[in-house]
Amino acid sequence: MINSSLKALGQMLAKKEVSSVELTQTFLNRIDALNPQINAYIALDKDKTLAQAKAADVRIAAGNAAPLTGIPIAQKDIFCANGWKTTCGSKMLANFVAPYDAHVISQFDAAGAVNLGKTNMDEFAMGSSNETSYFGGVKNPWDFTRVPGGSSGGSAAAVAARLCAAATGTDTGGSIRQPASLCGFTGLKPTYGVVSRYGMIAFASSLDQAGPMAKSAEDCALMMNVMAGFDERDSTSLQREKEDYTRDLDKPLHGLRVGLPKEFFAEGLDANVGKVVETAIAEYKKLGAEIVEVSLPNTGLSIPVYYVLAPAEASSNLSRYDGVRYGHRTAEYDDLMEMYCKSRAEGFGAEVKRRILIGTYVLSAGYYDAYYLKAQQIRRLIAQDFAEAFKHCDVIMGPAAPSTAFKAGEKVDDPVAMYLQDIYTISTNLAGLPGMSIPAGFSASSDGKALPVGLQIIGNYFDEARMLNVAHQYQQVTDWHTRMPEGLA
Amino acid sequence: MEWEVVIGLETHVQLQTKTKIFSGASTAFGAEPNTQACEVSIALPGVLPVLNKEAVNCAIKFGLAVNAQITPRSVFARKNYFYPDLPKGYQISQYELPVVGKGAVTIQVPAVGKNPAYEKVVNITRAHLEEDAGKSVHGAVEGMSGIDLNRAGTPLLEIVTEPDMRSAAEAVAYARKLHELVQWIGICDGNMQEGSFRCDVNVSVRPKGSDKLGTRREIKNLNSFKFMQQAIEFETRWQIETLEDGGKIQQATVLFNPDTGETRAMRSKEEANDYRYFPDPDLLPLEITEADKARVKAEMPELPDAMKARFEADYGLTAYDAATLTASRDVADYFVAVVQAGADAKPAANWVMGAVSAKLNAEEKAIAASPVNPAQLASLLKRIADNTISNNAAKQVFEAMWNSEGEVDAIIEAKGLKQVSDTGAIEAIVDEVLAANTAMVEEFKAGKEKAFNALVGQAMKASKGKANPAQINEMLKKKLGA
Repeated sequence: MINSSLKALGQMLAKKEVSSVELTQTFLNRIDALNPQINAYIALDKDKTLAQAKAADVRIAAGNAAPLTGIPIAQKDIFCANGWKTTCGSKMLANFVAPYDAHVISQFDAAGAVNLGKTNMDEFAMGSSNETSYFGGVKNPWDFTRVPGGSSGGSAAAVAARLCAAATGTDTGGSIRQPASLCGFTGLKPTYGVVSRYGMIAFASSLDQAGPMAKSAEDCALMMNVMAGFDERDSTSLQREKEDYTRDLDKPLHGLRVGLPKEFFAEGLDANVGKVVETAIAEYKKLGAEIVEVSLPNTGLSIPVYYVLAPAEASSNLSRYDGVRYGHRTAEYDDLMEMYCKSRAEGFGAEVKRRILIGTYVLSAGYYDAYYLKAQQIRRLIAQDFAEAFKHCDVIMGPAAPSTAFKAGEKVDDPVAMYLQDIYTISTNLAGLPGMSIPAGFSASSDGKALPVGLQIIGNYFDEARMLNVAHQYQQVTDWHTRMPEGLA
Repeated sequence: MEWEVVIGLETHVQLQTKTKIFSGASTAFGAEPNTQACEVSIALPGVLPVLNKEAVNCAIKFGLAVNAQITPRSVFARKNYFYPDLPKGYQISQYELPVVGKGAVTIQVPAVGKNPAYEKVVNITRAHLEEDAGKSVHGAVEGMSGIDLNRAGTPLLEIVTEPDMRSAAEAVAYARKLHELVQWIGICDGNMQEGSFRCDVNVSVRPKGSDKLGTRREIKNLNSFKFMQQAIEFETRWQIETLEDGGKIQQATVLFNPDTGETRAMRSKEEANDYRYFPDPDLLPLEITEADKARVKAEMPELPDAMKARFEADYGLTAYDAATLTASRDVADYFVAVVQAGADAKPAANWVMGAVSAKLNAEEKAIAASPVNPAQLASLLKRIADNTISNNAAKQVFEAMWNSEGEVDAIIEAKGLKQVSDTGAIEAIVDEVLAANTAMVEEFKAGKEKAFNALVGQAMKASKGKANPAQINEMLKKKLGA
């Protein structure tokens, strides 16, 4: 059951082969058994969860179930959920109980899905290994000595270890796709504006986008049907017709033009990862795809551009955590300035502070033009690169991450090495494009462990349904996405 | 040395919208603390701003009213600073691209002493939309400070002028004009006590004839015209004295203390924040099309300057009278109603600016609350026009109407104020006066013109003021063969 697709689970629920309460309890039992080691979940509330499952069973019995009714979903702890502790992985919000629902949460509630719990994450989504979480790191289910990637590390581990049927994540520079690659499952970052950001705690507002993390492209499509849609509370949410993301899953891929950017296969890419990606692309040729070489000449600038813009926005977005109205306030202070300084010094971790400092610096008088404005200009050039490439191809493929999962602690003292984890994913956030990572095989680590490798698929704006089709067709002829870590069954 | 003061104003106008600029919370004044603070007002994690279109309409109205450029694509920016009543740690404002660009208003500076009244154009630099902050409340709980976020997110239009004003009188005339204008176009309730209209005044002085601006000090948060006048006068004197004593002016923000009548520096600009403005990524650029402008324009009332021109052209009023009547929309509406009720425009103007306004001032009443309504005033003016009563008698009738003693004709009847216009009666009076004042008649015949007026006076007196003065005049001339 834990390996079943969302569609299969929906059918089992509909046929009363299993109740939502039983299904939910199965996952809760797995969480009880495995979470103490893996640390994927940081907030559980079994009473609330089971109450939702019971309500789902009533709805199913009444015959008005939606496709995800009764299905237990893990929610990244970046989404405010009414009555749930919502921490964003930070000491600053360690005691914050959200009094309202994020749009994403209310969409799942309306669909009758069950909230299994809140998943661990890098603090305020700043990190690529989940090691910046105030609540401790998350183990990669394929090798407990390794990181699951980040920032959506808890959701990633929960999907990979089958501690949920599917999960939500958010992706500002690769936070869905890089963990999907490192943990071997399917993750999609939609076009910017497709999923409302309302109630999703902001890191870098112009880049943040929520998306599904699941076992297959088909599951992601069903998740997208719930998550996507216009929300008037988010001014950057796009007013579009509601679409069915499953509609194109079964289309054949004959004539699909796959663009390979030469910059994605250059220095910095682990050779074994490169081989797995090339094998996957060969599989696409067999499916009838045509391979074209494309170029994204400014892609090399994406990391420096990102590390100006994202911290700039973050420095401002995180100003509200001042200890005045909610969140951590220092125990002792003599005046307002001391209250601010100590509350923030104590409440934020090192990586968050580093980014607030960078962001404050690049927005300061005298530096704004040289950093922020320049970065915005290059951001437009990066988007133009993609526009040019999409004249010659339908989707772009390449690696999702430059390596397989690395050892915990390996990069914590080297922020730049950590930042390079997102080298293949960041440019799509800067351009606002959709991107996904799907399991494409395994690469043996130096200590002999087989570690998952992800293939990244980048589509044009609003091409999610086609990307899901491209991924689904591959998953019809391969079984990488069905593999799960040994010993966790 | 002769000095010249240079003044520019920044005015925060609270826009009359039902809800806040970026959320659905109410903007009503005076509610219990934090009862109008929704999740957006409190800046909970994850909330986002959504622009209130009504606030944009207000900005467009203002832009149209001052003939300004309305920016087709303006940008909201974050102004970053920490303060307990600023829940997000930044204020959403507009910086490089404000919604309203350059415009102008014409002000009437009243006569002071020997200096006559004059008109002047004050240029508007820009006007931008922004949100208000909350309020710190000290001492409500012993030893604690409280934060009330009801006001946080209230829409403001900040209107900035060029440094065009050269006296406290000009600055006050501008502020009054702006105050009337924003109420006229219905974007602000104008309530200065509740903070709906707050002025910051930049003051600097320079030797007369110099074209270089002196260092300015900014007087913050003036919420009455009287205080503005006093504050600018004090500040100007202080700056001149400081310079004449060999001192230097430091750029600073100052507060006016109404009790002492003095301004005092609050903080020097060297300690000023770097606000790290950048475009707010949560909000799209604000786009305003020609169609939007046309739609808003269609909803707008006739503007004071247009109405003034119309009063001059259609009613033959002087520029001064037309300006006085259009200084406030309520006064203009009252005047128009009097004319529409059938009164002649010129006497109507004189009465509105004279007797009506004097009584209102004396009793501190607004014209909308005048005990004599426009129709009543019009019927009174008709009785003057048709010679039923004299101007003098009309003043008594007006007084009685003000005190709710009844309608015009009833009062005239009751007080016996009806003018005598019967030729026979007039002739009898004139004959009587000529017979009783032979000396005066002789004087007149000897060439003393003044004696004629004295005879008119005697005749009016004899009629107890009821005789029609024009008829008395005519009859006297006839009898004296003049």
